[in-house]
Amino acid sequence: MWQARRDELAPKGFELVAVGLDTVGNDGCRAFIEAAQPKHPSLIDRHHVLADLFGITNIPQSVWIDEQGVIVRPAEAAPAPPRVERRSRLEMPGQAPQRMVDMMTEAAKIPNDAAAYHAALDDWVENGAKSRFAHTPEEVIERSRPRDADHALGHAHFALACELEIRGDHAGAVRHYREAHRLVPESWTFRRQAWSLEKVGDGPLARFWQGPSPDHPEAWPYDGGWLEDVRKEGAENYTERFRP
Amino acid sequence: MLLDSLSISRAAFERGTGWQLKPEGGCRGDVCIPLSKPAGATIDVAAVARDLGMPLVKAEGRDLWALGPAAPQGRALTTAEAPDLRLPDLAGNEFRLSSLRGKKVVVYAWAPY
Repeated sequence: MWQARRDELAPKGFELVAVGLDTVGNDGCRAFIEAAQPKHPSLIDRHHVLADLFGITNIPQSVWIDEQGVIVRPAEAAPAPPRVERRSRLEMPGQAPQRMVDMMTEAAKIPNDAAAYHAALDDWVENGAKSRFAHTPEEVIERSRPRDADHALGHAHFALACELEIRGDHAGAVRHYREAHRLVPESWTFRRQAWSLEKVGDGPLARFWQGPSPDHPEAWPYDGGWLEDVRKEGAENYTERFRP
Repeated sequence: MLLDSLSISRAAFERGTGWQLKPEGGCRGDVCIPLSKPAGATIDVAAVARDLGMPLVKAEGRDLWALGPAAPQGRALTTAEAPDLRLPDLAGNEFRLSSLRGKKVVVYAWAPY
């Protein structure tokens, strides 16, 4: 979907850089990247450096950068292009588990400002600094996500958790992921990454379960889960609305 | 940034954090924070982290630390100047964001979960 947008805008001096946030690395991202056959750079971020560097807190999110390497829009929701018919990300098998049906029901309630976002992107690619969607450096800093001492500490715990997971110390990783969740409660990626490592079953939905297994709920090492947290916080708050 | 030692070269620190260690202090964009000791070729990460307000977390029982980001203005971005993001592609080739100077770029974050 983004590939078509990229191809459309590339002749105007545009490039897309896709970054897969996944501690699992290539094994987690490869199937999706190979299916998309991207002509643009497609990178793997095992420690979520995008969270540190840009303040990414959920996916999909984007950052816009001009020809001089200056950020003109900080991290914000980046919905898929609107003209493609929206499909669920997963083909549900005939007998989808109830949890998956419930997750899809909640996901359908998440607001989507795709039309406004992509109209703004067209305008910026066409008009550059004259576009009303390109912000000044001062506005960009001001509009970037708040970060206090707890947030910064949570980011350190998160990076450490990813590294421990990579080194095979899963129990150690869980301890630091939990600290990151406590210190940066607004980050969905910090939670989703950790939940995705607690696979339920071994089918294609294993990493999407994102919550306690129905057979062994007591083994779930986290306080929430995707369905539980979306219901608690409200699907309408899952993503921030597009701000021109 | 991840570390297996708290004594590293200044270049490694600058590359890992995006902060330049200059005579006037640790600098990122227009912001400079004074250092208690001028930075030499090798730096004491714990001391510089304290000066810049970067949290340092150690993994229990390992020589492994994570250095969190500095946010002197209380925002994720200290400057609008984009950091030189360096990440590998599937083949392991390192990509640098600065290689796209001269183009408009959207950095797009996704995840396979």
